[in-house]
Amino acid sequence: MKRYSAFAIAREAMRQHTGWDRAWAKREPKKKYDVIIVGAGGHGLATAYYLGKNFGITNVAILEKGWLGGGNTGRNTTIIRSNYLQDPSAAIYEKARSLYETMSQDLNYNVMFSPRGVIMLAQTQHEIRGYQRTAQANALQGVKTEWIGPKRVKELCPIMNIDGPRYPVLGGLYQERGGTARHDAVAWGYARACSDMGMDVIQQCEVTGVRQENGKVVGVDTSKGPIDCDKLGMVVAGHASVLAEKAGFRLPMESVALQALVSEPIKPCMDVVVMANTVHGYMSQSDKGEMVIGGGTDGYNNYTQRGSFHHIEETVRALVETFPMISRLKMLRQWGGIVDVTGDRSPILSKTPVDGIFVNCGWGTGGFKAIPGSGWAMAELMAKGQSPLTDEFSMFRFREGKFIDESVAAGVAH
Amino acid sequence: MLILHCPYCGVDADETDLHAGGQAHLKREGPGSSDDAFEDYLFMRENPKGVHFERWRHVYGCGKWFHAARCTATLEVFGTYSAQTLEPPQDIKDKISGTRPGWSWGIFK
Repeated sequence: MKRYSAFAIAREAMRQHTGWDRAWAKREPKKKYDVIIVGAGGHGLATAYYLGKNFGITNVAILEKGWLGGGNTGRNTTIIRSNYLQDPSAAIYEKARSLYETMSQDLNYNVMFSPRGVIMLAQTQHEIRGYQRTAQANALQGVKTEWIGPKRVKELCPIMNIDGPRYPVLGGLYQERGGTARHDAVAWGYARACSDMGMDVIQQCEVTGVRQENGKVVGVDTSKGPIDCDKLGMVVAGHASVLAEKAGFRLPMESVALQALVSEPIKPCMDVVVMANTVHGYMSQSDKGEMVIGGGTDGYNNYTQRGSFHHIEETVRALVETFPMISRLKMLRQWGGIVDVTGDRSPILSKTPVDGIFVNCGWGTGGFKAIPGSGWAMAELMAKGQSPLTDEFSMFRFREGKFIDESVAAGVAH
Repeated sequence: MLILHCPYCGVDADETDLHAGGQAHLKREGPGSSDDAFEDYLFMRENPKGVHFERWRHVYGCGKWFHAARCTATLEVFGTYSAQTLEPPQDIKDKISGTRPGWSWGIFK
């Protein structure tokens, strides 16, 4: 793999850009791999990358039904933060956030991590108490966040109206090193690094069945024929239940649509990410100048990657009160993704009833921020059978009553 | 916009008049049930890409709970029916079988 650098750009500029390699190799599946990861989104590719980097396991295939990063990795609002209330969540999300800090250097691929700061607005007395509690919890967990008053919120984000008639801004939970990254680049960067380690990234390859012998996984059937494996990682987000059914077990989750939209591009006006959870909206400005807006999920099961229009209306209507200037913006495009939501709104990184099958899913409405931490932890779980980061996220925690209750702390209305 | 026919008041209600209530036909567990049965009842949910049976409430209308049969892959609505039943009515099952032969959902097919 040729490294990307300023020198490489200069060199290629001298020869009409004819010397660039493919970022990742196009491969057909081999007969057998040590590990197969199903799902070439951020989480699946990160899992494969850290299997290779941290544990030297490189006989790995990453199978993707559609195209690389075409699911929720390419459909989110790119927010990165780790201001969670519960210890297990803070641990894995902060691991992820810290890995984002150096990801561009690690992968030699510019993921445009921009730690511009994230404010979660408190617009009710209940939220004030909730976020002050979270700030205290974060201090104990070693996650740097702080509670800030309305004046500081206004300084950080001057376009905000903090005296709204319905929901005035009463303060906020501020994470200075939270921010955004280029979502596609995260998938592309990991894919390039995996391919460089000799792993096979295979697109348009749908898993149609999971083969088992004596309660242990031995391979998968795919649209490109059967492939054998010793270990199987299912990292397919919204379709986790569908794939689990093929392997013969059930997951405690439901799949619903979550939508986002962007406005026409405008001049730079907002250099932080703002989440307003009471009114179910969040907004940041992309490098292209578009205002990137996300809202809440639909209330019913859906696999169509398109949500209900009235949610868009509700989200924008809510944000207009806090950001009056967006009332005249035209919205450029809107899209939906299928998110996998568990009973306690926390993810599942776990062994399964089938020996050799591991599952990483249930990230619901907040998976992008977790990609590197999720991959790091999942790789450790798959390589060693145990990881301190995943212990609490077992799929069996529900029957044991060990919930990780983040319904309040998670950013989005569920 | 999803439009469901309320079997109680007869209104074709917009999604904004309704509240989704999750999976229908859950078997309620009680004292003496096994841990597995309780786990199923409380946490495991049917999450099919296809035929699904759900509870809905006509919250900004007559206020009644009813059941709906839908497809989660196409958003097609097969029909709605009374909540006072333990399984989908035969005419709705027949309608589903017409376009999706061989379907099954939980204990129903």
